[in-house]
Amino acid sequence: MLKLENLTKRYNTGDLALQGIDLSIPNGQVLALIGPSGAGKSTLIRCINRLVEPTNGSAILNEVNLTKLSSRALRKSRRKMGMIFQEYALVERLTVMENVLSGRLGYVGFWKSFLRRFPKKDVNEAFRLLDRVGLLEMADKRADELSGGQRQRVGICRALIQDPDLLLVDEPTASLDPKTSRQIMRLINELCQERGLTAIINIHDVLLAQMFSQRIVGLALGNIVYDGSPEGLTPEVLTKIYGEEDWSATIEKVDDEDAEV
Amino acid sequence: MVVIKKQDELVWKKRTTREQWINWFYWLIGISIVLFAWKIISDKTVWFFVQDAPRQAADIGSRMVPPKWSYSLELIKPVWDTINIATLGTVIAMIIAVPVAFCAARNTTPHSTVRIVALFIIVASRSVNSLIWALMLVFILGPGVLAGTVAIGLRSIGFCAKLIYESIEEIDANQVEAVKATGASNLQQMIYGIIPQVLPTIAGVGIYRWDINIRESTILGLVGAGGIGLQLNGSINTLAWTQVSTILLVILATVFVSEWVSAKVRGAII
Repeated sequence: MLKLENLTKRYNTGDLALQGIDLSIPNGQVLALIGPSGAGKSTLIRCINRLVEPTNGSAILNEVNLTKLSSRALRKSRRKMGMIFQEYALVERLTVMENVLSGRLGYVGFWKSFLRRFPKKDVNEAFRLLDRVGLLEMADKRADELSGGQRQRVGICRALIQDPDLLLVDEPTASLDPKTSRQIMRLINELCQERGLTAIINIHDVLLAQMFSQRIVGLALGNIVYDGSPEGLTPEVLTKIYGEEDWSATIEKVDDEDAEV
Repeated sequence: MVVIKKQDELVWKKRTTREQWINWFYWLIGISIVLFAWKIISDKTVWFFVQDAPRQAADIGSRMVPPKWSYSLELIKPVWDTINIATLGTVIAMIIAVPVAFCAARNTTPHSTVRIVALFIIVASRSVNSLIWALMLVFILGPGVLAGTVAIGLRSIGFCAKLIYESIEEIDANQVEAVKATGASNLQQMIYGIIPQVLPTIAGVGIYRWDINIRESTILGLVGAGGIGLQLNGSINTLAWTQVSTILLVILATVFVSEWVSAKVRGAII
């Protein structure tokens, strides 16, 4: 259970990015966060694992108030929050395996990680995850040799090897082509189902959000303006989130056949 | 940029007429200063010597040929010293420069006071030429290879640290953020997120500085800090011009080899 209470962020520039967000997400729910650029989607998920320090309010994950933690305790809590990034954010000059294993850094001591002597259990898990996403034979390649879709899969493995309770996903498909986008979204969705993971997925693409999530939250100017089912996204709602536009092409009915593609 | 409306037409010019005149005026001032400075230099030059220059150059040139090839055997030891001064000096400099660079970079410095100290080290090291470092160190450490090595090292710290810290400040912060999000400690973020990104720069800067240091260390002997400069100085003082030409050729060959080596190594890293 993740609970946000009055979560507020004001940047040093004075911009109020989040205006007191209240949101509670039950375990196992995959939630899509939609909204225009600058609505505060990235800020919201970064305030949860405190890559951005919230100005006010609290984020409570499984009874732990993340906003109150000391830096040491925060590091420990971050291990339980996997994050997937827009531009993959792999360490380009490290190998795929090193990138995946870097997900275990919170569990492994400095010298062990410096010398790349990860526990056998972690290495086995890394191989298993790479196999699951179809990249087993790429383990020894450098991250910058992979294609966009492959890199995002490595990013997913890095997040999952943390053995997280919560996935924070920041625009996972923004740099990918439409087909790869769907594949990546489906993969994230499947993995969440397999492991019963809670996930918050920031996404621009309204159709993808509808296809792959159980609940949609619309954010505009740091406020929640919609919270409901994917089917409830009517032109009026989209106008409320994004502003006036012709939405007839965006909310084509998502039928099951389409979701199978 | 100006857009002027003339009847129905829009006319575009880079500058207004007024700006154009001001521009010409600055050019006039600039050229006048150059001509004035030229005149001062010209007045202070003894033109008799300058007119004599081609004859003098030809004279020294003729005394330099043929180079005294047998002398080159005596140069093997000094050349070896020179290369060692450059190499050891660079190694010492890099060992100190890398931590200094991490303290000087805005995104990795432990504290702003530490950053100021690191920047001061960089400026202090860069502001003194290696020949001057050597001059002082010969007094402190006595003449010889050690003084030269330390001089080269001290001079190179600032150069290397500056280039490395600028590259640290330009790293992709997303990669570090991703490592941080896994719960990694600060040191782990450094070895997984930052070092892989700056490693090519660190290696490249080290090689580049080594290449420069080979050339710089050929001159240190002039002040007694070891290396081939000692022989060069001695030969010029005794007017042994055939030896001078031999030394110059040996230096040329050494620099040539060092250029080749550093180009090869740099190609292999990047």
